[in-house]
Amino acid sequence: MARTPPPPRGGASRRQAPRPPPPPRPEPRRGGTSVPVGRKLGRFAQHQLAAVDSLLRLLSDPLGTLLAALVMGIALALPLCLALLLQNLQGLAQNVDAAGTLSLYLDAGLAPARQEALATSLRERDDVKDVTLITPAQALSDFERNSGFQNVLAGLDKNPLPPVLVLTPRSLDVDVLQNLQRHVATLNGVDLAESDLTWLQRLRALVNLANRLALLLAVMLCLGGLRVIGNTIRLAIESRRSEIVVVKLVGGTDAYVARPFLYCGFWYGASGGVVALLLSVLCLFVLSDPYARLLGSYGSDSVLHGFSLSSGFGVVAGAALLGWLGAKLSVLRHLRAIEPR
Amino acid sequence: MIRFDNVSKRYPGGQEALSQVSFQLAAGELAFLTGHSGAGKSTLLKLIMQMELPSSGQLFVNGQNLNKLSRRQLPYYRRAIGVVFQDHQLLFDRSVFDNVALPLAIAGYDPRDAARRVRAALDKVGLLHKEQQNPASLSTGEQQRVGIARAVVNKPALILADEPTGNLDPALSAEIMRLFEQFCGVGVAVLIASHDLSLISRLQHRMLVLDQGRLISGMDGT
Ligand SMILES: Nc1ncnc2c1ncn2[C@@H]1O[C@H](COP(=O)(O)OP(=O)(O)O)[C@@H](O)[C@H]1O
Ligand SMILES: [Mg+2]
Repeated sequence: MARTPPPPRGGASRRQAPRPPPPPRPEPRRGGTSVPVGRKLGRFAQHQLAAVDSLLRLLSDPLGTLLAALVMGIALALPLCLALLLQNLQGLAQNVDAAGTLSLYLDAGLAPARQEALATSLRERDDVKDVTLITPAQALSDFERNSGFQNVLAGLDKNPLPPVLVLTPRSLDVDVLQNLQRHVATLNGVDLAESDLTWLQRLRALVNLANRLALLLAVMLCLGGLRVIGNTIRLAIESRRSEIVVVKLVGGTDAYVARPFLYCGFWYGASGGVVALLLSVLCLFVLSDPYARLLGSYGSDSVLHGFSLSSGFGVVAGAALLGWLGAKLSVLRHLRAIEPR
Repeated sequence: MIRFDNVSKRYPGGQEALSQVSFQLAAGELAFLTGHSGAGKSTLLKLIMQMELPSSGQLFVNGQNLNKLSRRQLPYYRRAIGVVFQDHQLLFDRSVFDNVALPLAIAGYDPRDAARRVRAALDKVGLLHKEQQNPASLSTGEQQRVGIARAVVNKPALILADEPTGNLDPALSAEIMRLFEQFCGVGVAVLIASHDLSLISRLQHRMLVLDQGRLISGMDGT
């Protein structure tokens, strides 16, 4: 008998072989028991079974599950709290627009007629809504009223305050305002043009920077979360090794074997998301008072806002997805290696 | 049902565990695979289960050339085979019932339909009254019967057993063998690896004898 040449085989070659779709599953009707072959469940029902089964499995070890959810939750809570704070500051930075004015400090020696003329010419500009002149005398009395130092300035032989034009621009846009400021600063008789938006611009720049930082932090902590889940799933796979071997021997597909672990990761992630939400609500509670006081010192009556219901749901869903992904990575790395021998 | 064509198996770094093995097993036939320890009985069964791949030669099971079986198809192929192990490989984290139901759950059967078949299989091995117990609480012989119920619950075309009576006393062994005899004859092929010559020579079935990886008797079906 002619010896057939050895076919190119081996574990590796089987994996690389082109993959025809799985053959139609013939219903064996032979022997065994005489009970009729049963109905098969749909894909959805099978997933439902696996999801519920893995949830029950997690609930049967409440302490371990809680611990894993806590680790995951804390990793997620940090960027979440930061995002919350930034979201508030950003909203604030947007709202303060409405208060934008320019203060034009005029040369101290400028004649009152020239002051009026400058105010009038500025009033005629399209991008200017209103101009108010504050004479040195007015400024002094304002100062005395607001500060309470009535006699200190009386000792001065001459009013040191310059005349000021307070200019209200038509646009609330920071960039337009900046252009206007640059322009009026060059006008004859104007000593200094100051915008009370400088602090706002700084705040915006800071918020932008913090946003980037929060994003970086979130990415890193999410990667950490992936690792936590991946490790938890690796241990779960290890502890169910003998079961996996038996399941593969009686015809469990890779997808079937992986499914409970993927759902396990999903539930870990979701519970971690809930923990993170609870933690950030706690943060909110702790921070809301000092926040309101800080903002109050800037003349704002803004309060710290929490998450909306939909974004809270989004956080939990995102965390669940993250958990699923962590489990998937772990399953890809560890499950294939377990083969019946 | 099974056809081996010049199949050889060499483990990496070892000598040949099987050399040039050729034989056929028909549907509905029961055969014993025997030989000294290390003769290659387990290896032959593992090749059929595709737990190991042959180094050369061709294997056909149920008309399918196993050299052409992809990793994707492997689980579906295995569902048509029932396996019984010497160490029964039962899962102690669930009941007898759930152990037997495992192949049906894997194949995606509706649990309500599966339940009837699980009970029928347990009834066949006489353990219906123990379905809710944990397999750890059963005797070795009962555990082996649960393993057999699990092997037949999916109505396989082929049943393989590796030393199914290895840990049992002669009376229990004979009982287990009688169970297997019930399954063949209804179209199911049964191949049982056993070195218990005194037991299997009393049963009137075909014997495939391995000696140091070579099939020295029984290849022609006599
Ligand atoms: N995984 C393995 N790696 C290397 N050698 C093996 C392996 N499994 C079995 N063998 C060798 O193959 C030969 C046949 O073993 P086996 O098929 O288990 O024999 P039997 O079941 O008849 O006792 C023996 O020499 C054994 O040492
Ligand atoms: Mg053996």
